[in-house]
Amino acid sequence: MSALITDYTYITTAALLVLGLYGMIGKRNLLKKVIGMNIFQTAIFLFFIQKATKPGATVPVWDAQISTQAAGYINPLPHVLILTAIVVSVATTGVALALLITIYRRYRSLEEEIILERMRQAL
Amino acid sequence: MSHLPVLIPITLLFSAFLIPLAGYLRRDFAFAIALIGGCLSAVFSALGLLVVISEGELRYDLGGWAPPIGIEYVLDVLSAFMATVVTLVGSLVLLYSRRSILQEAPERVVPMYALAMLLLAGLSGIIVTADLFNLFVFLEIASLSAYALMAVGDERGPVAAFRYLILGSIAGSFYVLGVGFLYFSTGSLNMADVAQRLPDLYQSRAVVAAVTLIFIALGLKMALFPLHLWLPDVYSYAPSAIAGLIAPIMTKVAAYAIIRMLLTVFQPPYLRDVLPVTSVIAWLAAAGIVYGSIMAIAQSDFRRMLAYSSISQIGYIGLGIGLANPLGLTGALLHILNHAFMKACLFLVAGCIRFRTGQWEVSQFAGLGRKMPWTMAAFTASALSMVGIPPAAGFFSKWYLLLGGIDAGNWIFVATILFSSLLTAVYFFRVLEQVYAAQTKDGSAYKNVSDPPAGMLLPTVVLGAGVLLLGVTNSLIVSGVLRLIVAPLQ
Amino acid sequence: MTTGVEMSRVAESYFSLAPLVAVLISLIAAGFILLSRRRPNLRETWTIVAALCKFTVVSSMVPTVLSGRYPEVTLLEMTPGISLALKADPLGLSFALSASLLWIFTSFYSIGYMRALGEHHQTRYFASFAICLSATMGIAFAANLLTFLIFYEVLTIATYPLVIHNESAAAISAGRKYLAFLLTAGGALLLAVGLTQAIAGSLSFSAGGFLSPSIGQTKLLALFVLFLIGVGAKAGLMPLHSWLPSAMIAPTPVSALLHAVAVVKAGVFGFARVVGFVFGPDSVTQIGATTLVVAVAGGTIILASLLAMAQDNLKRRLAYSTVGHLAYIILGTALASPAGWLGGLFHITTHAAMKITLFFCAGAIYVKTGRENISELDGIGKQMPLTMAAFAVASLGLAGLPPVGGFISKWFLVQGAVESGQLMLLAALLPSGLLNAGYLFPILIRAFFKSSKDFTNFAEAPPLMVMALLSTATFALLLGIYPDGIFYFYSLSSEAVASVLKGVAP
Repeated sequence: MSALITDYTYITTAALLVLGLYGMIGKRNLLKKVIGMNIFQTAIFLFFIQKATKPGATVPVWDAQISTQAAGYINPLPHVLILTAIVVSVATTGVALALLITIYRRYRSLEEEIILERMRQAL
Repeated sequence: MSHLPVLIPITLLFSAFLIPLAGYLRRDFAFAIALIGGCLSAVFSALGLLVVISEGELRYDLGGWAPPIGIEYVLDVLSAFMATVVTLVGSLVLLYSRRSILQEAPERVVPMYALAMLLLAGLSGIIVTADLFNLFVFLEIASLSAYALMAVGDERGPVAAFRYLILGSIAGSFYVLGVGFLYFSTGSLNMADVAQRLPDLYQSRAVVAAVTLIFIALGLKMALFPLHLWLPDVYSYAPSAIAGLIAPIMTKVAAYAIIRMLLTVFQPPYLRDVLPVTSVIAWLAAAGIVYGSIMAIAQSDFRRMLAYSSISQIGYIGLGIGLANPLGLTGALLHILNHAFMKACLFLVAGCIRFRTGQWEVSQFAGLGRKMPWTMAAFTASALSMVGIPPAAGFFSKWYLLLGGIDAGNWIFVATILFSSLLTAVYFFRVLEQVYAAQTKDGSAYKNVSDPPAGMLLPTVVLGAGVLLLGVTNSLIVSGVLRLIVAPLQ
Repeated sequence: MTTGVEMSRVAESYFSLAPLVAVLISLIAAGFILLSRRRPNLRETWTIVAALCKFTVVSSMVPTVLSGRYPEVTLLEMTPGISLALKADPLGLSFALSASLLWIFTSFYSIGYMRALGEHHQTRYFASFAICLSATMGIAFAANLLTFLIFYEVLTIATYPLVIHNESAAAISAGRKYLAFLLTAGGALLLAVGLTQAIAGSLSFSAGGFLSPSIGQTKLLALFVLFLIGVGAKAGLMPLHSWLPSAMIAPTPVSALLHAVAVVKAGVFGFARVVGFVFGPDSVTQIGATTLVVAVAGGTIILASLLAMAQDNLKRRLAYSTVGHLAYIILGTALASPAGWLGGLFHITTHAAMKITLFFCAGAIYVKTGRENISELDGIGKQMPLTMAAFAVASLGLAGLPPVGGFISKWFLVQGAVESGQLMLLAALLPSGLLNAGYLFPILIRAFFKSSKDFTNFAEAPPLMVMALLSTATFALLLGIYPDGIFYFYSLSSEAVASVLKGVAP
C-alpha cells in the first residue's frame, strides 16, 4: 500500500506503458495503433524524467549557492536523451501518418479487417 | 586515420543530404551521388579494417568530448568487418538499382536515393557507435528510412510497411527502456564503461530487465523466430532494388548489435553462465531455421520464398551467436558475410527476372535458364551456396557452425543444421528444375527475354562470383579477421 | 596365384603440380565447351583433347608412384589448419587412372550416341560430364577428408544435370530421388568429417588410419556408421541404392559414367579411403564394424542379384548388377586381409571395364533399334554381332569366369574371405557368381540362339560407338590376361594394399 503512495508516478507510468502496448497490438484501427504508439513512447519519456529527479534538487543550471555539489542538481542527461527520443517519436509518428494517408487513399478505410478484405479482392 | 570511424557514416549522411539538392537539378545526379557516397564509405570501411587489424582499434570522440560523457565512435575488428560488409554489399546494390528504380518508381527516384543513403548511414552508425543511446538514434534513422522505402513498392507495400513500423517502434521503445534501466543502474551509456561497471550488478533486477528488453528489441529487428512476423510481407512488397538493399544487410546489422551486446557490453560470462540468454537465442534460432525452411517450401512466390529463407538463414546466425563458443561465433560472423552476398544476389536475380518478365511466380520461370544465362548462373551459384555445397561460401559457414555445435555437444543443433540444408535444397532445386529443365508450356512466352542491361547484370554476377570467391578464400577471412573477434570467447 | 603383397618400403612425397593439372584439365575444358556451344565440332574436340591430356597426365605419374614417390600439391588453406591438398598415392592413382582411361572411350561413345539420337542440350551435357571428371580426379587425389568432401559434393551436383537430361517428368523425379539420397548422404558425411575433426583434430589421410582406438569403441562405431551412410549411398549399398535404378532414365553414356567411371566408384573408393586411411583395417575389425559391413554388403550382393533377374529393362537389370558388384568391393576392403583388399581394389577397375562395356552395348542397341527391354531382343546377335560379342565378354567377366578380368578380382575376394576367417561370406560370394550368370546369360541366349523377324541383316550402331565398346571389352579381357601389362593396374592395387596393411608411412 505504501508503494502506491511513494511510487505512484512509476505505477502511472507502468499503466501508461501497458495501455500503449495494448493500443498498438490490440486495436484493429490503424490510427488507434498510432495513438497507442504515442502513449507507449510518452510513458517511456516519463520513466526517464522521473528517474532523473531527486528530492530537493533543482534544475541543472549553474547556481553559485550549490556550486559543484552534484546532489543539488537533478540529472540533466536523461532530459537530453528524452529530447532526442521525442524528436524520434515525432518523426515516427509523421511517417506513420504519411503511410496511413497512402493506405486510406488506396483502400478508403483504416480498419484492418476492411483493408485486408479489399487487399484480397484486389488480387 | 583517426577520423575513419566517423567518416563512414558521415559520408553516407552527407550524400543523403546532397541528393535532394543535386537531384533537383538533374534526376541522374541522385544515382551518381549515391553510388559515389556508397563507394567512398566502402573504401573507408575497408581501409579501416586493414588499419584496425594491423594497429589496433580506432577511437573517435564525437565533438571532442571525451568518453564516458561524450559519444565515442569505435572501429574495432568487429565493427570494421561489419561496416565493410554493409557498405560493400550496399554499394553493389546501389549500382544495380538505377534501371530497376527507373522502371518501378520513375517519379520517386530522388527521394528514394536520399532515403537509401539515410538507411545506409543509419546502419553504419549502429555499427561504429560505442554509445548505447546513440545506437538507438541510428537504429531509428535506419528504421524510419526503411519504412518509407518499403512503402513505395507494391500495392500492398504501405500496409506491410505500417505493420513493420508498429512492431519496429515497439522494438525501438523496448530498446530505449532497456538502455534506461542500464543507465540508471550503471550511470553510464558508453559501452566499454558500462561493461566495466556491470560485474558488480549481475544480480540486480534492473539489469536483468535491461537485458531482457534489449534482447527482445534487437531480436525483433533481427527477425529472430518468433519475432519474424513483419519480415515476409516487407521483403515481398518492397520495390525489388530496395528489397535487395534491405534484405541482405538490415537484419545482419541487428545481429551485429546482438553480438556487440554479447561481446562488449554484457560480456559472455554474464549472458552465458549467469543468465541463460545465449541458450534461449540458440533454441529460438534452431526453431527458426526449421520453421523458415518449411515455410519457404510452401511458397510459390519467389520473393516470399526468399523472405522465409532469410528467416531460416538468420536462424543460422542466431544459432552461432547462441552457441557462444569461438567456432560457433566464427560460423555466425562468416554467415553474416556469406548470407549478405547470397541474399543480395538472390534478390537482385529476382529483380532481374521481374525487370524482364514482370513475373514473381516460380511456376512462370520455365526456360529462363536459356534466356537469361548469366543471371541464372549467378542464381545457381547462390542457390548452391545456400544449400551448402562446397566450395561455395555457404558450406563453410555451415562447417564452422557444425563444429561449434559438436564442440558444445548439442546434437539437436547439429541435426538441425544438417536437416535444414536438405530442406533448403528442396526449395532451391525446385526453382532450378523450373529454370533449367521444365518445358515451357507456351514456347513463345519469353521470346524477347534476355539478360538485363549491364548495370543490373554486373552487380548480380559479381555477387554470384563473390559467393564462390568467399568460399575459396574463407580461411583468410577466418584467420585474418574473425579469429580476432571471437578471441574473447576463448 | 599369390597376392604379391610383400613389398614394404618407406614412401615419400614430393611437390608436383601433376595431380592439380589432372583435376583442372577437364574443368578448363568445361569452360571452353560452354564457350564453343555454337560449334559442335570444336566443342567435341575440347572433350576429346581434355580426355587424352588427362589420361596422359595421370598415367605419367604411374612410374614415380610405383617407385614409392608420391606427387603432392598443397593449395590454399580451406579452413585454418586444413588445406585443399592433392596427393597421388597408389590407391588414388589406380582409381584416377581407370576413370581417366574410361573417359576417353566414353567421350567417343557419347559423341556417337548424342549425335545419332540428335539429343538436346548437348553443351550442358558435355560440360557437366567434364566437371564430373574433374571432381572424380579430386576425389581420387584428395589428401584429406575435407578436400575429399568438397569434391564429393561437387560430383553430386555436377551429375544432377546429367540425370535429369531428358527433362521429362520421369527424369525430373529421378533427379529428385537422386538428390534426396545423395544430399542426405552428403549431410551424413559432413557430420562424420566434422566429428573426425573434433575428435582427432586432423583430417589428413594416412595409410593405416589416424583415428586411434583409444577414442572408444562406441564413438568409433557411430562415426563409422556415419561414414558408411555418407559413402554408401553413392556406392549403392542397400538400402540406400534405390536412386541408382531410377537414374537409369538418363542417356546411356551417363549411366556408363554413373556406374563405371565416376559416381558409384567414387562411393566405393571413398569407402576404401575411409577404412584404409581414416580408421585403419585393423581398427575397423576391432570395433566390430566388419561384421556390420559383411552383413550389409553380403545381403546387398544376394538381394541385388535376385532383383536384377526380375528386371526386363536392360539398363535397370545392369543397374542392379552394379549394386551387387559394388558390394563386392566394399566387402573386400572391409576385411583386414591383403587378398580381400587386393580383390576389392582390383575389382574397381575390372568392374568398371566390364560394366561400361555392358552399358555401351545397351546404348548401342537403343540407338539402333530403339529397344530397351530384354524380352524384345530375341535374335539381336544376328544384327549386331560385334556389340553382342562385347556383351558376351563382359558378361563372362562379371560372372567371374576366366580369362576376363573379373575372375582375378573374385579369386582374391574369395581368398580374402578365407584369410580373414569370414567363412560365412563364402555363402554369399560363391552363389553370387551363379546369380550373375543367371541374369546375364539369358540375354546372350536370347540374342544368339533365338531368332526373330526383326533382326536379320547386319546393322551396327555408328562406328564411334562400336569402336568404344569393342575397346572397353578388349580392355576387360586384357585385365584378365595381363593384369599388370595394362598400365600397371595390378601393381598399383597391390602397392595400395601394401601401404594400408603394412602401415607404410607416406
